[in-house]
Amino acid sequence: MNNNIYKPYLMEIEHIVEETPDVRTFRLKFTAPGDAEKFSFKAGQFGEYSVMGEGESTFCVASSPTRKDYIECTFRKAGRVTNALANLEVGDTVGFRGPYGNTFPIEQWEGKNLLYIAGGIALPPMRCVIWNTIDLREKYGDITIIYGARSVTDLVYKHELKEWSERPDVKLITTVDPGGQTPDWKGEIGFVPTILEKAAPSSENTVAILCGPPVMIKFTMPILNKLGFRDKDIYTTLENRMKCGFGKCGRCNVGKIFVCKDGPVFTYEQIRSLPEEY
Amino acid sequence: METTIKSLRKQSLEKLYNHLASSQKIYAPIVTSDKQVEFRYNPEFRDVTFEHIRSTLSVKNVVFPKIENLFYFTNTKEESIIKDIDLNIIPEVVLWGVHPCDSAAFDILRSIFCWDIKDEFFSKRLEKITVITLSCHKSDEFCFCTSVNLSPDSVKGSDIQLSLLQNGDYQAEILTEKGNELVSQVPDLFEQPSGEKKVIAGVKNKFDNKKVTSNLSGVFEHPFWIRNSLRCIGCGACAFVCPVCACFDIQDETKGKDGRRYRCWDSCGFSLFTLHTSGHNPRQIQSQRWRQRIMHKFSYMPDRNNALGCVGCGRCSSSCPVDMNLAEQLEALQNI
Repeated sequence: MNNNIYKPYLMEIEHIVEETPDVRTFRLKFTAPGDAEKFSFKAGQFGEYSVMGEGESTFCVASSPTRKDYIECTFRKAGRVTNALANLEVGDTVGFRGPYGNTFPIEQWEGKNLLYIAGGIALPPMRCVIWNTIDLREKYGDITIIYGARSVTDLVYKHELKEWSERPDVKLITTVDPGGQTPDWKGEIGFVPTILEKAAPSSENTVAILCGPPVMIKFTMPILNKLGFRDKDIYTTLENRMKCGFGKCGRCNVGKIFVCKDGPVFTYEQIRSLPEEY
Repeated sequence: METTIKSLRKQSLEKLYNHLASSQKIYAPIVTSDKQVEFRYNPEFRDVTFEHIRSTLSVKNVVFPKIENLFYFTNTKEESIIKDIDLNIIPEVVLWGVHPCDSAAFDILRSIFCWDIKDEFFSKRLEKITVITLSCHKSDEFCFCTSVNLSPDSVKGSDIQLSLLQNGDYQAEILTEKGNELVSQVPDLFEQPSGEKKVIAGVKNKFDNKKVTSNLSGVFEHPFWIRNSLRCIGCGACAFVCPVCACFDIQDETKGKDGRRYRCWDSCGFSLFTLHTSGHNPRQIQSQRWRQRIMHKFSYMPDRNNALGCVGCGRCSSSCPVDMNLAEQLEALQNI
């Protein structure tokens, strides 16, 4: 069958990073000749990752499209498939279908300042676009990243946080929830909304990209609005349970929109027009 | 192509059936010993029913099987190998005695499976069917095809439509090239029309679907949904018997190192359907799932697929264990 839309690419795990006790990042490379060449994606898109015999799980591509030859994904050990993925080792095979969904409109953002705000395991869906814009650094104004996690242990991409903090062209603020700090913690202590309010980045000519758990979003949105960010200048990604990834299996819809086709990237202006089904 | 109308004597009907059944796969309805109407492959003509109002299940399984293997795989310590499916082995099938509501569903299913990226499993199966419909000369209180732009003798999705005539013979409307090809195999059976009248069931119009669609855009948070789904037990029967419901799950199954990935019927009525791994569920209670079912069929699909997600067959209502009646609810929604 030439066009089996359910057949995944077979990919080999080239490298594994243990981000936290239950979060891992895989670097995956294509194994079949020609697959790497014909594959391309854009920041914000996602895929279906699978372990044969365990099933598929949906998460974003966490590496930047400017880094060719491989893709990376970061996942928390949570359900059947992610537990199976967590048991794999370098050299093992992972199935991947994708890329699916829409993308962050980074061309529209050219010339603007970018404010990335992420909480916990929500940095991975943003990492792709963060690196994408850093790799095209001259096209954007200031880049600010505010990243918070429950504790120091729960911060993902620790090496990259270090790299971003050392770059003169990126402003990184990291924070952990009160009580989550270690004696040598040099970042902020406090919840993301509080830290955002304290940092008070300007909303002028700036787009905000916000991803995090619902409770963080709930308290961060009013602060962003207070800082002058309009809903149409605030972007996020939605997640709903998915099976197919291309608008057929019928479960990820929020009202009449499919998260898998019309999303996962939305502005808050769009989200406010949707029923609460996410 | 232009429709040709012919007449088919009762005895010729049997000859036509036997000709088809002897040369290929034919899928026709019979009455089982427990009084269910089931479609079976190549039953004897004497067992084929012409009197059923609706089969227990629709015939959607021919194009969208309950379980469809997507590929096979073998896992060894060294590697995983995928073995693809050969869709060329899907046989041609003649569907016999399908009622007009069920044949109208094929096009709607196509609008689900083939919008955006084309689903080859579905489209290949659809290519392989020839549909001989049978107009309805009987109906019951559950039928509401006339409320969803169809009728007991509408010809959507049909290649040849048979209709009972008053003298007991049948009229054959040859509607497509596929139908014509089939007729040309046994041309002598088809005679010039006799002028006899068709016996067509009456189906009462129960609601104005355009009004329902238009009203649905403003009632997402309405107490209607809770009130009207309190007795829903979330069994999913309505989705499984529905000719249009196409929501599916994808699962893996293994035996030793070999396995398969398949898709299977699923239902938005199930609580697990939208459950996130985190435990969060966007449709946590049954009323939200019932709302999704009606919204999908009568609001989202008209908007996105340019089709209603319902053909008025009445199966969801007739098979509901707690007597939820879709047509009654739609009638209420038109006046909400």
